[in-house]
Amino acid sequence: MNIEWYVVLSSLLFAVGAVGILIRRSPVVILLCLELMLNAGNLALVAFSRMVGNQQGQVFAVVVMVVAACEVVVGLGLIVAIFRRKLPLDVDELRELRG
Amino acid sequence: MEAVLFFLAAIGALGGAIGVVAMRNPFYSVLALIVHLFSLAVLFLLLSSAFVAAAQVVVYAGAVMVLYVFVVAYVGGGEESAWEPIPGQQFLAPLLGVALFIELSVAVLASSLIALGQKGPDVKAGFGDPAGIGHLLLEKFLLPFEASSILLLLAAVGAIVLASRRSEVAVESAPGAASAGTPREREPAEAAPGAPTGAPAR
Repeated sequence: MNIEWYVVLSSLLFAVGAVGILIRRSPVVILLCLELMLNAGNLALVAFSRMVGNQQGQVFAVVVMVVAACEVVVGLGLIVAIFRRKLPLDVDELRELRG
Repeated sequence: MEAVLFFLAAIGALGGAIGVVAMRNPFYSVLALIVHLFSLAVLFLLLSSAFVAAAQVVVYAGAVMVLYVFVVAYVGGGEESAWEPIPGQQFLAPLLGVALFIELSVAVLASSLIALGQKGPDVKAGFGDPAGIGHLLLEKFLLPFEASSILLLLAAVGAIVLASRRSEVAVESAPGAASAGTPREREPAEAAPGAPTGAPAR
């Protein structure tokens, strides 16, 4: 398969993740959609690394995985903290910081 | 054979992604994301990057998804309200997504990169195996490697601080117990009724 197939698939997955962030309200699902977008970026990185014939893009992908794991841990910690304070788990109701 | 595998994995990845967005129950969204991640691992293998595929399965589909399942089981599903602060958001967002996809595809395919239309150069057998990635990480990319390890440590500490019950107790009892000494001193007295087993940080 040519590289462009992988890149187009990656942009499609990125768009799906962006739509999910826009239309869902639960913070857990928004974090999941963030994972989708990060993974789409990973796919593009690995595809371009194969295109160049160089392993450095795969190192980037591994670092992106590390960042995604950190983001998940902090985000889920926030969700647990919100739940413990009996606040609604809905990003449209948690809008005090919106100004 | 390669094309068949690519299309099967692409359908799995796309179906998993749409499942994450469309499922009403967050638990099914997590399961759909696991399907998506496994399909992406197959795609990484097709791109001859074995280490990234293995890390994807072990780290993402294993560890991170277990964390998600625990949190979803803890906070529960819960229906999303039908109230929309922005009118027509449910219709405008997919339109925006289609526009984003078209724009990204045009940006990539119209970039006149000749190598995009090829399968990539022939690589030797060890391309993307753990030895190559490890050499790169510990020689050329040593500073990003150490920085990401510090980032992981910070995230772990931050998650413990955010999700621990002690901070909530300290906030709630702050007005009344302002003169009761430092938090470290009054910690055993407050932990006793809440956690009879004495489990730390729960």
